[in-house]
Amino acid sequence: MTVLNVNGQQHEVDADPRTPLLYVLRDDLKLNAAKFGCGLGQCGACTVLVDHTPVFSCLTPLAAVEGRYVRTVEGLGTIDKPGPVQRAFIEEQSAQCGYCIPGMMMRAQSLLEKNAAPSDAQIREAMAPNLCRCGTQMRILRAVHRAARLMTVEIERPMREAER
Amino acid sequence: MNAPQAALTRRTFVATGGALIVSFAMSRSALAQAAQQPVKLPGSLDKTPYLDSWIGIDGNGAVTVFTGKAELGQGIMTALIQCAAEELDVDPKVVTIVTADTERTANEGYTAGSHSMQDSGTAILNAAAQVRAILIELAANQLNLPTDQLQAKTGAIVANDGRSVAYKDLVIGQALHRTAQPQSPLKDSKSFTVIGKSTQRVDIPGKVTGAPMYVQDLRPEGMLHARVVRPPNYGAELVSVDVAAVEKLPGVIQVVRNGNFLAVAAQREFQAIEAMNLLAATARWRKIAALPDEATVHQFLMRLPTQDQTIVNKGNPAEQGAHVLRASYSRPYLSHGSIGPSCAVALYQADKLTVWTHSQGVFPLRDTLAKMLGMTPAQVHCIQTEGAGCYGHNAADDAAADAALVARAIPGRPIRLQWMREQEMGWEPFGPAMSSSVTGALDDQGKIVSWTYEVWSNTHSTRPGGPPGNLLAAQYLAKPFTPPPPKEIPMPEGGGDRNAIPIYAIPNAHVVDHFIPQMPLRVSALRGLGAYLNVFAIESFMDELADAAKADPVEFRLRHLTDPRARDVINKAAQEFGWKKDDKRPRGRGRGFAFAQYKNLATYCAVALEVDVEHESGEVRLGRVVSAVDSGQAVNPDGIRNQIEGAIVQSASWTLYEMVTFSRTDITSRDWSSYPILRFPNAPASVAVHVIDRPGEKFLGAGEAGQGPAAAAIANAIADATGARLRDLPLTATRIKQAIGV
Repeated sequence: MTVLNVNGQQHEVDADPRTPLLYVLRDDLKLNAAKFGCGLGQCGACTVLVDHTPVFSCLTPLAAVEGRYVRTVEGLGTIDKPGPVQRAFIEEQSAQCGYCIPGMMMRAQSLLEKNAAPSDAQIREAMAPNLCRCGTQMRILRAVHRAARLMTVEIERPMREAER
Repeated sequence: MNAPQAALTRRTFVATGGALIVSFAMSRSALAQAAQQPVKLPGSLDKTPYLDSWIGIDGNGAVTVFTGKAELGQGIMTALIQCAAEELDVDPKVVTIVTADTERTANEGYTAGSHSMQDSGTAILNAAAQVRAILIELAANQLNLPTDQLQAKTGAIVANDGRSVAYKDLVIGQALHRTAQPQSPLKDSKSFTVIGKSTQRVDIPGKVTGAPMYVQDLRPEGMLHARVVRPPNYGAELVSVDVAAVEKLPGVIQVVRNGNFLAVAAQREFQAIEAMNLLAATARWRKIAALPDEATVHQFLMRLPTQDQTIVNKGNPAEQGAHVLRASYSRPYLSHGSIGPSCAVALYQADKLTVWTHSQGVFPLRDTLAKMLGMTPAQVHCIQTEGAGCYGHNAADDAAADAALVARAIPGRPIRLQWMREQEMGWEPFGPAMSSSVTGALDDQGKIVSWTYEVWSNTHSTRPGGPPGNLLAAQYLAKPFTPPPPKEIPMPEGGGDRNAIPIYAIPNAHVVDHFIPQMPLRVSALRGLGAYLNVFAIESFMDELADAAKADPVEFRLRHLTDPRARDVINKAAQEFGWKKDDKRPRGRGRGFAFAQYKNLATYCAVALEVDVEHESGEVRLGRVVSAVDSGQAVNPDGIRNQIEGAIVQSASWTLYEMVTFSRTDITSRDWSSYPILRFPNAPASVAVHVIDRPGEKFLGAGEAGQGPAAAAIANAIADATGARLRDLPLTATRIKQAIGV
């Protein structure tokens, strides 16, 4: 049994510890967002956060994430209550087929947690590991800019309310 | 959307309450008779004329639209819902949609060729308008009022005297089971409130929150994971394999071997992958593949036997002008490069096969799977479920065939079979390599007087539908099926010769299509088909001619165009870009312009852009990109913008970076390091798409219109920046460096 924390919940998983995290998330925990794209760490469709850092879950064995904090798109919000990155992707209509988008969102989330107001060049640099074949890149860039603004608003609003 | 969970419980779609959704099978028997009608019905209604094949209203007032087209990420579901909501006068939010399903929807063939709005959109728009008229008739009877005192409003028929009846109370029994009429009481496009308004896509919320949206996300009870072991290269024969060793691995259920087809099913996905790896390691193959030399593949293809067709011959093309130019162009084999490798789920149970697939054509796939397996089409049910974007005929159908073969060997267990990255890029049918050559002559007024053009290409369609040999696995079975002879797609749409005829007013022209039946590499449809090379060539050459005529490229194009819609698109793109005749540009910066009307009969698209070329490295950076597009009546303008933006970025990637590589025996570009595509740092600085809406005009379909113009605009901008004209795709940094002599 391997114990791992996914989106704030503890899970005990009975799988070969060599199993890539991607298959544990998808098949054992039935989380759909992280996708198989290449199995080689070249496309980023499987990107999730481990202790706040983006990793290729297709290359990360289960044994390596024991006791660590794993986050997936399912942890960013729900269809009824989407989080800021999800809202930004909906508002900018930043998807065509959408297969790469969960990986994009996790990489964006990680960037915005480290840099609240990244420049366009910084976003492009940070998003470079993730591929989109539909050519939705321009919309994804807009969504990351928008998510940065939405997150800032969300942080500032309670602070202003507290000051009052 | 085909909600996978609902689909998997095989919930039959029957009436609830006072519903009148009729199962599709019930209405099919009368189709042959109805199809005999001499008058042509709008769009796909012509083949499937029953209104309830397209529109259903149930006892709760919920509206369902049925389309035989597939959602491929192009946003078709949303646009089709808009069409229905507009003509039915309901909120689009109460409309749900069922996409291609061989037991529930009309057979609309393939979702390809930018045809979905034209075929399905037109059918649904007209069907909805006719359903509205029926509802008004029914209300007139119920309220005992003439129909001119009634109108449809938000899901009800409202009378001038204030009374109203909800749709759900009108549609009793089979009220909508009527054949469509040739004429529909369509609304005046000026009164549209849903069509023409940018509408948020219905699928995006689920896609950004981890809902089970894709065939890859299906996990029905008892499902097994399967992987296929492909031969090392085309045509290899399996000599031996250690099945016993693999079946001893934990979780492995069964190795499936049928001739040279080899696959394995296991309880868990990673177990299936490990089993696949061991199976591949123990398999011994006899290799027989012989591929042409990659360096000279275009010359090789042009020397093969061809079937020639003159597609234009007017005036006397031999007539020479004051200034004659000649040039040749080529494109390499291109990969569809879906981000998600192809996948299917199949279940064989009680002599019935059900396949969930991201195929572009579930009906042709059903027929071909049935032939491959010796079943009847009625025994096979194909349900379209989204996969990753495909951009043409990729391995979707092949994965479905693989899953079906495994499912038949392991009855009663749903089989989820997904390809690996290296299988997808090694075995999918590529977009074919092509060549073309052109001669043009200018008169002393700077007008084109004659034009000859020749194009050489393999087929652009080896889709399933006919004999099973177009399914990859079928070629490798113990009793193999040979691929049927390839055919050219006829004009006016064309295949290799799509957009090979110049759209410009030229008095003397001769255009020949050299169709090459023999295919050294597996090929089929890739977004735009031959139009990608033909538009690249024609629009590059237009700049070469403009240069010879000492004319501005935009003005030179307008000089040869009379169609006002073509001129509007060109003027709009030029104006929004800020194109000026004698603009001074910094060293290393160039601008380029290109235009095409897709297939010379559909969407008009112009692209203006600028690039910076780094002299030392030959690296191209894409700057501002501006496009104008006219795809007729725009249903979802933001959807059209999304398609054209995507087309420009994808075409930029093909044009600058992409080429399938191969040795004399093997495909060698099998991952993203050997087949690099555009990444974020290389995306354009900006892309702005201006939609010219044409209310009341026909839907033209926007999916493929941008591929050719984007490519030519880039080549023209590189030529403007460097003075070097590159005519062989891709326009890599290495080739640019060679051309500018660094």
